Amino acid sequence: MSAPSPVELDEPVTEDLTVPSTPWVTIVWNDPVNLMSYVAYVFQQYFGYDKKKAERLMMQVHRDGKSVVSSGSREEMERDVQAMHEYGLWATLEKQGRS
Amino acid sequence: MSGFARHRRSKRIIATFTGFEADLLRNLAGQLVELLRNEAAVPDERDPLEAMLDFTGPTTEPDDPVLARLFPTAYADDADAAAEFRRFTEGTLRDGKARAASSIIDALEEAGLPHELTEGGLMIDVELEPAEAEVWMRSFTDLRLALATRLGVEEGDEERWAALPDDDPRAQAHDIYEWVGYLQETLVQALMR
Repeated sequence: MSAPSPVELDEPVTEDLTVPSTPWVTIVWNDPVNLMSYVAYVFQQYFGYDKKKAERLMMQVHRDGKSVVSSGSREEMERDVQAMHEYGLWATLEKQGRS
Repeated sequence: MSGFARHRRSKRIIATFTGFEADLLRNLAGQLVELLRNEAAVPDERDPLEAMLDFTGPTTEPDDPVLARLFPTAYADDADAAAEFRRFTEGTLRDGKARAASSIIDALEEAGLPHELTEGGLMIDVELEPAEAEVWMRSFTDLRLALATRLGVEEGDEERWAALPDDDPRAQAHDIYEWVGYLQETLVQALMR
């Protein structure tokens, strides 16, 4: 939508342009319940990752307590987090580089 | 007890349960459905009219620890965003999980499990299309998360459970938790092939 507005040139708006195009990430956290095979299966099935990548991410969750499993727009990451919750995985989203 | 396997020719995922096992699975799935459908997502302390006119979903974490684990907070450090996310997703997630658990009950009954299990020696053969099997696999996760949350399962606590006397109800519940885990493992393997 647009509406006529007084032209103000005082504030530069270039700041917005430096924001990276994929600033959000989905993080899956370790839990004592989910089976390693199941978590790797979910990563293959939902994200379409090959077996090697799915298992690497699963091991990262298992060993480090968490893993970034996808990145993209905020809307995309909300979809991924919702899907992970459907699968019973403990997932959150946040701005990239926050942790 | 042999778990799930993939039938070579039909590609269907098959399993045979004793009547007792099938009845136990139905019971667990039934409890989950009840929890998902009956427990209010948030204790509603608002003005009744206001509450009635709110058609959207809940915005705060469920009180019940099982539900809190099934519907985790999506934004760790942003309460407003977390509330919005919950409002738009929790209802859908609840319905999906309740439908998945109900489909287990339906399939077991279609496979011959009577409403009241009376006779011994009954065997229930379940045959699932891969898509149905995936629904079971997801629902087994929900069942295991529910059992584990009630039991207080933690990482690497196997010895604690093994040390309990056999007649301790927690030991029995933990055996059931492990059994569902075994079933799920065989289901993952069968689907992965």
